[in-house]
Amino acid sequence: MTVTLARPVTATRPDADAADVVRRARRAPRRHHRRLVAGLALVLAGAFVARVLLGDYTVTIPDFLRILGGEQIPGATYIVMESKLPRAVLAVLVGIAFGVGGAIFQTTLRNPLASPDVVGVSLGASAAAVSVIALAGWSGWPVSAAAILGALAVALAVRAVAGDHGGFRLVLAGIGLAAAMQSVIQYVFTRVDEYDVQLVLRWLTGSVNGVAWPSIGLLAVALAVLLPATAWAARSLRATELGDDTAAGLGVARRRTDVLMLLGVLLVAVGVAAAGPVAFVAFLSGPIARALNRGRTSLLAAGLVGAVIVLAGDYAGAYAFDDLNLPVGVVTGAFGAPFLLWLLARGRTGRRAA
Amino acid sequence: MTALVPTREDVLRPPGGGRGRRPALPVSVAISVAALAGAGVLSLLVGARAVPLEAVWDSAHPLHAVVAARLDRTLLGLAVGAALGLAGALMQGLTRNPLADPGILGVNAGATFAMVVGMTAFGLSGMGAYLPLAFVGAAVAAAAVHGIAALGRDGATPLKLAITGAALSAGLASWTTGLLLADRKTMESFRFWQVGTVGGRGTDVLLAGLPFLLVGALLALAGARLLDTLALGDDLARGLGRRTTRDRLVIAVAIVLLAGTATALAGPIAFVGLVVPHVVRSLVGPDHRRVLPFSMLGGAVLVVVADTVGRVVLPPAEVQVGIMAAVVGVPFFVALIRRTGRAL
Repeated sequence: MTVTLARPVTATRPDADAADVVRRARRAPRRHHRRLVAGLALVLAGAFVARVLLGDYTVTIPDFLRILGGEQIPGATYIVMESKLPRAVLAVLVGIAFGVGGAIFQTTLRNPLASPDVVGVSLGASAAAVSVIALAGWSGWPVSAAAILGALAVALAVRAVAGDHGGFRLVLAGIGLAAAMQSVIQYVFTRVDEYDVQLVLRWLTGSVNGVAWPSIGLLAVALAVLLPATAWAARSLRATELGDDTAAGLGVARRRTDVLMLLGVLLVAVGVAAAGPVAFVAFLSGPIARALNRGRTSLLAAGLVGAVIVLAGDYAGAYAFDDLNLPVGVVTGAFGAPFLLWLLARGRTGRRAA
Repeated sequence: MTALVPTREDVLRPPGGGRGRRPALPVSVAISVAALAGAGVLSLLVGARAVPLEAVWDSAHPLHAVVAARLDRTLLGLAVGAALGLAGALMQGLTRNPLADPGILGVNAGATFAMVVGMTAFGLSGMGAYLPLAFVGAAVAAAAVHGIAALGRDGATPLKLAITGAALSAGLASWTTGLLLADRKTMESFRFWQVGTVGGRGTDVLLAGLPFLLVGALLALAGARLLDTLALGDDLARGLGRRTTRDRLVIAVAIVLLAGTATALAGPIAFVGLVVPHVVRSLVGPDHRRVLPFSMLGGAVLVVVADTVGRVVLPPAEVQVGIMAAVVGVPFFVALIRRTGRAL
C-alpha cells in the first residue's frame, strides 16, 4: 500500500512530522471503517424498520411497540408476529451468517469467486437438509446438524480435488460439485409425493417465508456462538490475506486459517438450515463491503451488507409485484448473477486471482 | 545424436497414449455399434417390470404393450443422446476448451428460460412453439457466455467460460423460477421436464424435433473438416484459405440446433456433452471426422444406458436421466480438472 504524504517532510524537523504523517495514515482507515460500520448499521436498522412496518399492511410505531409489549391488536398482532417480524429477523440473521461466511471464504482463499454459494458448499448443506427433511422426516436441530455435515463434506471434497492449487481448480471443482448437489436436491423433489412448491423454493433458491420462531431461535443461538469465535479467529486475517506462506512467515499458524475456514463453513451451514441457500448473498457481500471499505477486508461490514441485501431482497420480492410473493433467493439470484458476470467481464478474475 | 531426429515411426506412433495404443477403426466401429444395439435392447427389456426377449417381436405376447411404451423413450433417448454428444464435441472443438458442454456453458439454461418465457408470458404451447423458442434462447445464451468470457485480458479461457456459464445458468434459473411461480399450472408440468427426462414424452414430441436434429447433425458432420482446420489456430486456418468467421457460424448454428432441440425434447441434461467426446477422443484420436460420428453414437449409448439404469437403481421410483448424467458426469468433470491441471 502506498501512503501519500500530506506534507513534504522537511529536513529540519523530520522526526515529528514523519511520525505525525504515519500516525494519521494509520488512523485514517480505522476511522473510515468505524464510520462505515456505523453507517451500515443505520441502513440496516432503517431497512429492518421498513420491512416490519411498511408493505401491504402498514403498522404504526406505537402499535408495533404495543404488539411487542404483548398487547393483542386484532389483525396487526398476527401479521407482525407471524409474518413480518420473523421474516425480518431471519433475513438479518441469515444475511449476517452468509455475509461473514462468504467473506471468510473469499479472504482466506484469496479469490472473489471462491464463495460458498459458487463452490457448492451452500448447496451441499441444502441437499443434506432437504434429504433428511423430505425422506427421513427430521426437524429441528438435527436438520442443522445434517446441513453442517453436508457443507463440510462438500468443502472437504472441493479441497481434496483442488489440492494446494487453490484458485481456478478449486472454483471449477466447486462448480461441478454444486451441479451434483443440485441434482441431489432435484432427485429428492421427484421422490416426495406432494409437490410442495414452498419446499422446492426454500431448498433450491432460499426463502425466508413461513419460518417458525424456534428455527430462528436456533439460528440465533448458533450465531451467538459462531460470531465471537470468528472474531477471535479472524484476528490474523490481515496476514492470512497475504497467502499461506507469507502468513506462516509472519507467525500465523496454519491451523488458525483452517479454524477460520471451518467457522465459515459452519456459518453458511446454519444459515442454509434456516432459510435455504439464498443465492449469491455470500458471493456479493464480501466484494461490496470491501469496495465500501476502500479495498480493505472487513468481516463485520460484510455481515452487515449481507443482512441489508437479504432484507432488501425479501422486501422487493414480497411487494414489487402485486399478486406475486417471490422468495428472496429468486431476487438475489436474478440480480446477483449479472454482478458476477460483470465481475468476469471486467477481467477482475485474471490469472492470479482465478 | 541420431536419437534427436524423429524417425517416421516416432511421428506416426508418438510415445504415451499415441495412436499405437488405440484400437483400429473397424474395431471401434464394431464396439460402438454393438454397444448401441445392446443399450437399445436392454432399454426395452429392463424396467420396473422385466420383459422376456421374445415379447419384443411377438405382438401377441401379453407384455408387448410394455415394450411398445419403452420403445418411445428409447428412441427419444437415442436421439437426444446423439444430439448432446455431438453438440458437446462441437463445442469442445469450436472453443478449444476441454470443459465445454451445453449444460455447463449455459446453453441449456438459455433454451429453458426462453421456453418458460414463451409459456408463461405469451401462453404458447406445443412443440411447434417450444422449438423456435429453445433455439433463440440457446443462441442468445451461447453468444452471451462467449462474449462475456472473451472480454478482459486473457480472452475466453476455459475457466472463464465455465464460470460465466455457471453464473448465467444460476441467474436464468432464478428468473425461470420467478416466472413459474406466477403460473402454477406450467410449474406442475415443468416438474419432471426441468430435471431432464426421456420418459412419458410420446412419439409426436420426437417427430417434431427430428428434422432439426437431422439438419444439425448434417451441418455438424459436414463441418468436421472446418473444426480440424480451426484447431490449428485462427491465423493458420486463415492462411490455409478458410473463412474462419463463416466456419464458426456454421458450427455455432449446428450447436444451437442440436442443444436447443435436445433441451426442448427432454429438458436440460448436462454432462453428456462433456463426458462423451473425451472418451471418444481417447479411443479414436483427435480427428473430428471421427470424433463427431463416434460422439453421436457414444451420447446415444450413454443417455439410453443412464435412462435404463435410472429405472431400476432406486425402486420403486425412477431416477431421471438428467440426474443420472450428473452422477456419471461430475466425477468425470472433477477428474478432468485434476488431470488437466495448469494447462487450463
